Amino acid sequence: MLHALVAAAEEGATRNPLLPETYDIVWSLVCFVILLVLFWKLVLPKMQTMLEERTAAIEGNIAKADEAQRQAEAALEQYTAQLAEARQEAGSIRESAREDGKKIVAEARNQATVEAQRVTASAQAQIEAERQAALVSLRTEVGTLAIDLAGNVIGETLSDDARATAIVDRFLADLEASEKATN
Amino acid sequence: MAVLHPPLFVVARALLRPKQESALLANAVNLMVQTSTDDTSFHGPSILEFFPDVILFEGTGFDINRIMLIRFLAVIALVVVFWLGTRNMKVVPGKFQNLIEMALDFVRVNMAEDLLGKVDGKRFLPILTTMFFMVFTMNITGIIPGLNIAGTSVIGVPLVLALISYVTFIYAGIKKSPAKFFKNSLFPAGVPWPVYIIVTPIELISTFIIRPVTLTLRLLMNMIVGHLLLVLFFAATQFFVVTLSGWFIGLGAVTFAFGFVFTLFEILVALLQAYVFTLLTAVYIQLAVAEEH
Repeated sequence: MLHALVAAAEEGATRNPLLPETYDIVWSLVCFVILLVLFWKLVLPKMQTMLEERTAAIEGNIAKADEAQRQAEAALEQYTAQLAEARQEAGSIRESAREDGKKIVAEARNQATVEAQRVTASAQAQIEAERQAALVSLRTEVGTLAIDLAGNVIGETLSDDARATAIVDRFLADLEASEKATN
Repeated sequence: MAVLHPPLFVVARALLRPKQESALLANAVNLMVQTSTDDTSFHGPSILEFFPDVILFEGTGFDINRIMLIRFLAVIALVVVFWLGTRNMKVVPGKFQNLIEMALDFVRVNMAEDLLGKVDGKRFLPILTTMFFMVFTMNITGIIPGLNIAGTSVIGVPLVLALISYVTFIYAGIKKSPAKFFKNSLFPAGVPWPVYIIVTPIELISTFIIRPVTLTLRLLMNMIVGHLLLVLFFAATQFFVVTLSGWFIGLGAVTFAFGFVFTLFEILVALLQAYVFTLLTAVYIQLAVAEEH
């Protein structure tokens, strides 16, 4: 490459491209200094600032995303907790309802039992009363019947009430006494 | 190398000057003749294309010619693009900001931070970024219609940037630890001491002389040759199509196709050279600040 150039230079043109002119150096230096100042003082600092801002923005966004993630997680947790709580509450309500139901049934049963006992008791009392009444009336009737029968048998009227009653009473008393004795 | 021996360089220039000027004059005349008479010979590219006529401030040391103007244009373009691109940076980037960020991150992530780590990467990022975009933009002017010559195809920019790279890596090494820097660069570890007799001069030359020279020449030569190739193809196309015409138009189509392909290739070269220049600077800094290598 160099040979060709030197040859070309020797051929007719006589300027050596390797020898710098003063103005060439001067203007090259001027150009360099202008560009150095441009890049050093203006372009690269701006670029640097922008890159730092970009880094900050990206970091900020990441922080924001983290925060959002954290919030979402917290909300989810809260929601889950609420859900569990609600479920538990529903369970307890159901449980208490069942309990109440049981209680109501038991109460009803109790009441029914009591009622039944009461009905039974009153029935028995009535029966007893009726029995007593029946007994009393039976006694009178049986007495009258027996007296009538005895009167018919002996052929005389035992219509003297006082005596008849006394005889019947005595008979019944004997009967009762013998009942008692056998008992 | 000329820069390393200033007296020699001055002598060489003094010797070259008169010859240069007469040749320039001859060439200028030649050019005028060519355009006025439209002769039938082929005019290939010339090295003088890299030394166009001075437009302003001739002989003051601040001479401005077409290539200097192209450099200014590149600088203005960079200032405008990056000023607009970073004036109102948003955390969520738009399309334009995305492009700017991609470009800046290419240097920041792929070169500075990968090679130097976060801390040193940040320290040297302004220099590396400036180098990359300056070289790339001044390279790409080589294929921009109307400009058609790379701002880096004249030795000034490659040389200045190579020297800045040189100063930067030496500064980085000395700032870190002067003893370790020179020990690492001149007496590499793991070598038996007699070998240093050979290795140390080689290391001295390769580290402190070859590095800036290769940085300068690699970039400069790529751009010069790229331009010469393009000129060659398009001048040939012009010669075949306009001067010879007839059946030669077919050949002209071929040379034009080559010119087109090489134009695309030059885009790649422009990017690649900017990348290589910046990457090598980053590597040199990394070697200078390394604990051991």
